[in-house]
Amino acid sequence: MNTPTPERTKTPVFIAFVTNDDTRNIVAAIREDNPQATVEEFPAMVKIESPGRLVVKRQSVSDLMGRDWDLQEIHLNLISLSGSINETEDEFELYWGQAA
Amino acid sequence: MSAVPKNTGNKKLGLKEKYGMMTRGLGWDTTYQAMDDVFPYDQFEGIKIHDWDKWEDPFRLTMDAYWKFQGEKEKKLYAIIDAFAQNNGQFNVTDARYINTLKLFLTGVSPLEYAAHRGYAHVGRSFRGVSARIASQMQAIDELRHAQTQVHTISHYNKFFNGLHDFRHMHDRVWYLSVPKSYFEDAQSAGPFEFITAISFSFEYVLTNLLFMPFMSGAAYNGDMATVTFGFSAQSDESRHMTLGLEVVKFMLEQDPGNKDIVQKWIDKWFWRGYRLLALVSMMMDYMLPKRVMSWQEAWETYFEKNGGALFEDLSRYGIRMPKYHEVASKEKSRLSHEVWATFYNFSHAAAFHTWVPEESELKWLSEKYPDTFDKHYRPRFEHWDALQKEGKRWSNPGLPMLCQLCQVPTIFTEPDDPTTTCLRETTYHGMKYHFCSDGCKDIFDNEPEKYVQSWLPVHQIFQGNCGGEGLDNVLKYYNLVPGQDNGEYMGSQDQMNWEQWTGRDHKDAPAA
Repeated sequence: MNTPTPERTKTPVFIAFVTNDDTRNIVAAIREDNPQATVEEFPAMVKIESPGRLVVKRQSVSDLMGRDWDLQEIHLNLISLSGSINETEDEFELYWGQAA
Repeated sequence: MSAVPKNTGNKKLGLKEKYGMMTRGLGWDTTYQAMDDVFPYDQFEGIKIHDWDKWEDPFRLTMDAYWKFQGEKEKKLYAIIDAFAQNNGQFNVTDARYINTLKLFLTGVSPLEYAAHRGYAHVGRSFRGVSARIASQMQAIDELRHAQTQVHTISHYNKFFNGLHDFRHMHDRVWYLSVPKSYFEDAQSAGPFEFITAISFSFEYVLTNLLFMPFMSGAAYNGDMATVTFGFSAQSDESRHMTLGLEVVKFMLEQDPGNKDIVQKWIDKWFWRGYRLLALVSMMMDYMLPKRVMSWQEAWETYFEKNGGALFEDLSRYGIRMPKYHEVASKEKSRLSHEVWATFYNFSHAAAFHTWVPEESELKWLSEKYPDTFDKHYRPRFEHWDALQKEGKRWSNPGLPMLCQLCQVPTIFTEPDDPTTTCLRETTYHGMKYHFCSDGCKDIFDNEPEKYVQSWLPVHQIFQGNCGGEGLDNVLKYYNLVPGQDNGEYMGSQDQMNWEQWTGRDHKDAPAA
């Protein structure tokens, strides 16, 4: 896990998805796991911003979706993002600052 | 992360380990031929890489996952394109003026996807680091996919609207299209590290949101679901590309302190070149979308000043600063789109898309979005041209504009601190005088003059008789542009008259934003 240095905690990372039924669940999972994240809706697109760090957890999405969700399925709906990336089988993390 | 992780005895490899073994784990150093001979291009730029194994793979898609997800995206995309065609989706756009953004896109952007494909194929052979080669090779496939899906998506509109019939030919010849063409050729003819900094970092990370978000949101706001769908489908590839850009810049900066000055110079150059290219997008956003998403100024503030600011703050720990002349871009943000649209209005007879004076409600939107500049400097021009048009004397500029030697945009921009004065710069090199639109372009030329003295400048070439011969008719034939059909004023065009006949709708009835 990467922890942004104190002065970096305010700089937002963001992730944006196509609006559809799958991302409805992904966004809900992100809200649960990232209490400081804010969600903005646009035509056909949803954008989530979070200060310093944002994590998408495979398990959280699977629980909400009602099936085993492969984290790499994120590619089907991803539109854009900002921040450095750390991808494992279980978590997709965006952050600013040094890697842990 | 080490080159090939040791087998820990676990039954299943983690994603990182699996990806590592299937990529750099399959690489080797050549012995029958020297590595420097096998990879002759990755050192001449002065970038020093001491340990390619320090490269972090941001995305870890092995081929099985790649094809699975790309295949699924394709199926979804083409199902939507088919449905769009079957449902005559083209009649659901706001009005036919919107289609001109697609003309600009197909002739100006789609060929760049193909050029990117070529460029990434080249660097995908050129880096001696396995991970960088693989990421580049996969991007080369992505870019070819983008070129093809764009052609497929927009080809449907070619059945109904003019100007879409010969995009490849036009990209290579038409005056304003040399702006995007020369941009990419500059990158393609650079070394591999510059190419990947220019395109993956500066274009696809720093500036991408200023190309894709406007076009794709513009499509969404204006009822063009085919383009929206293509756009989002491509964007999912773009997020991999963006991360490659960020990773390669961080990697170069971490590998050797001497790389910093080279990287900073490229960041400066490619920020400016990309920014000048985006002038076309600024006019698209503010003038060509019947239903507007946001103003160019708002887009610049969100996607560059705010998001870009965060990015460069992150890079400051390496000693990288904001790109040179970024403050000029900020000064220009309330003027850029107006100056560019006015130019295309002037030369509409030579362009492969239509132009028009905005409706009063649209002029009102522009006044509101640009309270300090629009009514003072630009509204009077449009009102003047509108009056001429009502008298049957639609203005058409009979001359040809001076082009910037570097970015090849007509030199129509104004001084950063004075919107009433055209901004012109010049340099003399080996006894010849060269002209520029800005300090940004002049600096790039001065740094590599041998490269840019070779620019094929459309207006110069027209005057030399190399574009079909003397006179507008010959030039338009050279462009494969059908006069009275593909070019000129929107009102009274075939597109506009067809639109009213097919849909019963006239854009004069529709609200602005």
